[in-house]
Amino acid sequence: MTQNLRVKSSEFIDETNRISFKFDGKTYYGFKGDTLASALIANNVHLVGRSFKYHRPRGIMTSGSEEPNAIVQLNPNSNITEPNARATEVEIYEGLEASSQNCWPSVNFDIGGINNFLAPLFPAGFYYKTFMWPKSFWEKYEFFIRHSAGLGKSPTTKDPDIYDHRNIHCDVLVVGAGISGILAAKNAAKNNFKTLLLDEKNELGGSTIFEANEYNKINHNLASEWLKKEINELKNIKNLEIKTRTSVAAYHQYNYLLARENLTDHLDKKNKKNKIRQRLLKIRAKKVILATGALERPLIFNNNDRPGIMLSSAVKKYSNFYGVACGTKNIFFTNNDSAYESALSLHNKGIKVEAIIDIRENSDAKIIKKINDAGIKIYWAHSIVDTRGYKRLSRVSIMKLSNDGTSVTGSKISISCDCLGIAGGWTPAVHLYTQSGSKLNFDEERKIFIPKTDTKEQISVGSCGGDFELDEIITNLNYKLKNFLNINKTDFEDITLENDHETSKRNIWLLPSDQTIGKTKPFVDYQNDATAKDIKLALREGFRSIEHVKRYTTTGMGTDQGKLGNMHALGIIADTAGVKMGELGTTTFRPPYTPLTFGTIVGRNVGEFFDAFRRTPMNDWHIKNKAKFENVGQWKRSWYYPKEGETMHQAVQRESKAARKSAGILDASTLGKIDIQGSDASEFLNRVYTNAWSKLAIGKCRYGLMLNEDGMVYDDGVTTRLGENHYIMTTTTGGAANVLGKLEDYLQTEWPELDVYLTSVTDHFATASLCGPNSKKILNKIIPDLDLSDDNFPHMSFKEVLIDKIKCRIMRISFTGELSYEINAPASYGEAIWQKCIEAGKEFNITPYGTETMHLLRAEKGFIIVGQDTDGTMTPIDLQMDWIVSKKKYDFIGKRSLYRSDTMKENRKQLVGLLTEDPNIVLEEGAQIVSELNQKPVEMLGHVTSSYFSPNLNKSIALAVVRDGKNMMGRKLFVSMENKNINVTVANTVFYDEKNERLNA
Amino acid sequence: MFLINCPYCGERDQQEFKAGGEAHIERPKQPTELSDDEWAEYLFMRKNIKGVQFERWNHAHGCRKWFNMVRDTSNDEIKAIYKMGEKPPTQ
Ligand SMILES: [Zn+2]
Repeated sequence: MTQNLRVKSSEFIDETNRISFKFDGKTYYGFKGDTLASALIANNVHLVGRSFKYHRPRGIMTSGSEEPNAIVQLNPNSNITEPNARATEVEIYEGLEASSQNCWPSVNFDIGGINNFLAPLFPAGFYYKTFMWPKSFWEKYEFFIRHSAGLGKSPTTKDPDIYDHRNIHCDVLVVGAGISGILAAKNAAKNNFKTLLLDEKNELGGSTIFEANEYNKINHNLASEWLKKEINELKNIKNLEIKTRTSVAAYHQYNYLLARENLTDHLDKKNKKNKIRQRLLKIRAKKVILATGALERPLIFNNNDRPGIMLSSAVKKYSNFYGVACGTKNIFFTNNDSAYESALSLHNKGIKVEAIIDIRENSDAKIIKKINDAGIKIYWAHSIVDTRGYKRLSRVSIMKLSNDGTSVTGSKISISCDCLGIAGGWTPAVHLYTQSGSKLNFDEERKIFIPKTDTKEQISVGSCGGDFELDEIITNLNYKLKNFLNINKTDFEDITLENDHETSKRNIWLLPSDQTIGKTKPFVDYQNDATAKDIKLALREGFRSIEHVKRYTTTGMGTDQGKLGNMHALGIIADTAGVKMGELGTTTFRPPYTPLTFGTIVGRNVGEFFDAFRRTPMNDWHIKNKAKFENVGQWKRSWYYPKEGETMHQAVQRESKAARKSAGILDASTLGKIDIQGSDASEFLNRVYTNAWSKLAIGKCRYGLMLNEDGMVYDDGVTTRLGENHYIMTTTTGGAANVLGKLEDYLQTEWPELDVYLTSVTDHFATASLCGPNSKKILNKIIPDLDLSDDNFPHMSFKEVLIDKIKCRIMRISFTGELSYEINAPASYGEAIWQKCIEAGKEFNITPYGTETMHLLRAEKGFIIVGQDTDGTMTPIDLQMDWIVSKKKYDFIGKRSLYRSDTMKENRKQLVGLLTEDPNIVLEEGAQIVSELNQKPVEMLGHVTSSYFSPNLNKSIALAVVRDGKNMMGRKLFVSMENKNINVTVANTVFYDEKNERLNA
Repeated sequence: MFLINCPYCGERDQQEFKAGGEAHIERPKQPTELSDDEWAEYLFMRKNIKGVQFERWNHAHGCRKWFNMVRDTSNDEIKAIYKMGEKPPTQ
């Protein structure tokens, strides 16, 4: 049944190491060294997938990372399955499982294949045109599209593998280990440059290493034999690091490159275990040598996508490198001499070559004689007009090409075959070169884009630089290397070279057929099923920019980014629109060159390391006492402390009552703290806060509001004067880093004359905030020596004290409206001080409370939270905080903006209180406020910013911003909530203890 | 990813730095003397040139120092770096 297509042992394949693997549920065997593609071909499996749009049967087309068709699902039955792996890159290992993609129920019988027969209904832009109308149908379309679109299936559980990042600095980075890359790396390293050589394949030597062309000789040996010796010498060279299975994904400015090193994908499960799977290399190179080679072009003709139609160079590699015949009756179709080398390679290995079809009139290459001697028929000036065979190629029809190449004439000849090698010439792999920001030139004669310039930091050598013939490659490499590395001599400049030269050229981007274009399927982008017809349609419909044509037809937008067909698309556009290709330019090559896994991109930054959490010194106590946590910026803050069976609401109500009736304690360590010193510290504070600071006495605290230069509230907090030239500023938890950055900015760039030094000390102190009428008694138990009388230690003042020999700073300040003390202890003593407060507070039933209760308590007092009640559009005046804006100060950050016509407008949104008619209804934060219910469209007056049920007032309270709210006191408005409108009344923002009597209770 | 030569620390990777917009826009010494339009010009208007641009940069994850950079925004070539307060280079 299955035929074995393994023809001859190859030195690159270890036939003593037999490996079993599964494809589409069936077990096959291959050898160590095989890729999934070579092993499948050896097992005579050619149909490996279905195309994306038409679900046409597709086979293996290439032997490398440019593969558009043979993309497979790995571990298809596992929840860690991986889609879109290229069979041409997957190295087989014992136990490998893979399956086809884009087909249901199976690759051999696929329901979606019906699209192929409906193809006339799926022209370019089909999705744009069809699904836009009627609009209301979109949801139905979406369901259909989502179920038929997409490549492969995603894993359903967390990626269990380990990924890593590594920074590398080198003198010379060489990308690509073909003959040019190897010689370049070797000579760089020999001349004392710290050199790194990378190649995406698992072996060195590029395409030269399996070359059997006896017309290409170095020092009278086959080029491949000579190169093997060179590779052998590499291991003795110092300064040279070589990484294979490493694909450069991106080339950024300043020679910064990202590469993916694949470490375990080729190993069996046992050997993969506990090892790093892939590593992202972040390389900063002083100099970069690009030796990325060239990609063979297909030819674009009718039905050029059947399984069995492959690149000529791939057919050669499967035979020479893997020892596998791609068919038993092979044909080549070419526009240049390289297919003859492939044909001869096959012939020499005993694989039958039926014919070569060449669109050129003739060629004077020496190899033609050998082909004639081998008895292989050549059809000059012929073109393939159609192919047959549904799941595998069975025959091709050829006709004579007209002189101008636009039509075919004469009678049709039909040739039976099962493999067709197509050779459309070569495209330099300039992807990385252009990613680096460098520009391309179009060579009209050779129809290729080549690098425009080499620089001091970067050169392109070998075929990616436009050199294809051996003597050209070596001579130019020698010259370029000496200049680039500033060396006198290379170790290869005296070698003797022999090679044939290609003379005749004929390039036709779209080959004609005897049928009209409307009836043909000449695929340009195999993966996305874009044909030449689609491109012509896009041009007819008025698209001109290649970027637009690309998006409209989806040409080049697959996972392969159109590595094979992009040039043909450009050529067809140029021919059809009657412009020169050089003027048309090219689409942008974007990173990554080949797809990367998310794992590689994030490396170790997953799980708890994704965004590192900051925890306060009292964190362990909170956990022990069953706190629920809330994320505030990077901090984990205690949110509330539920008792057995309590809901969040119940816990918060209990905590809030306790803090006002007896005593509560809050971990306030996360507040930003900036130490400010210097002889101009007071002047500095005058400039950054809206109120005056010069007269603040030592040992006193003051609340400050900080604006942006545009007059909008930016941050707030209490600052304490510790000494003549020494302050400690507190900021909001989330704003700490930005405030420090902003202050530094002003100090360094606007006011460098000020003698002021800023130091972030947020992490240096732990803060326990004692609150409630009994807080004074608790503090007295802890520090009996300290006189806590209002005379000695009034509200808004500070004392430095010793608690158990620990130097602490205590501020009598309040964010709840209750008598409060903030104890700041060195961070390492934070938990001990906290514990001490808890112990001392036991007799007063001290209640730890979290951020939710803190928010509730401050809302009862109408204290704002920057970022919750403000949103970057609120001035202090909007917040009804006029009292904190100094009229006397000449200037402070944002002052001028408070006098702009816009900020002085009467009917700006202003902060007000809201009370619901039904005291039990708690408004939703963010809910919209309106004054009319029947008006359409209704005017939105503002929104609710803070809303709670207050246990101390036994009713719901809310803060809101409302247009012209200042003048609306007592007005009845409506708040729209889900399915109902709530009646509310505009009120004062202070709901509790308006006279501030409790501060001294 | 630029390689930026911090005038205080030397060459460092771009990810250590924060861009701070156009350079040499001095905060007016007497804001109250300015008309709304003049103040708005200082506050909001930035050139955002395609080509050679003078910019402020901060070594945010390093020495925290601000400095100036001359950068060609069309190809990201850094033409000069100089400290705050120093005169911009003339071309
Ligand atoms: Zn620095």
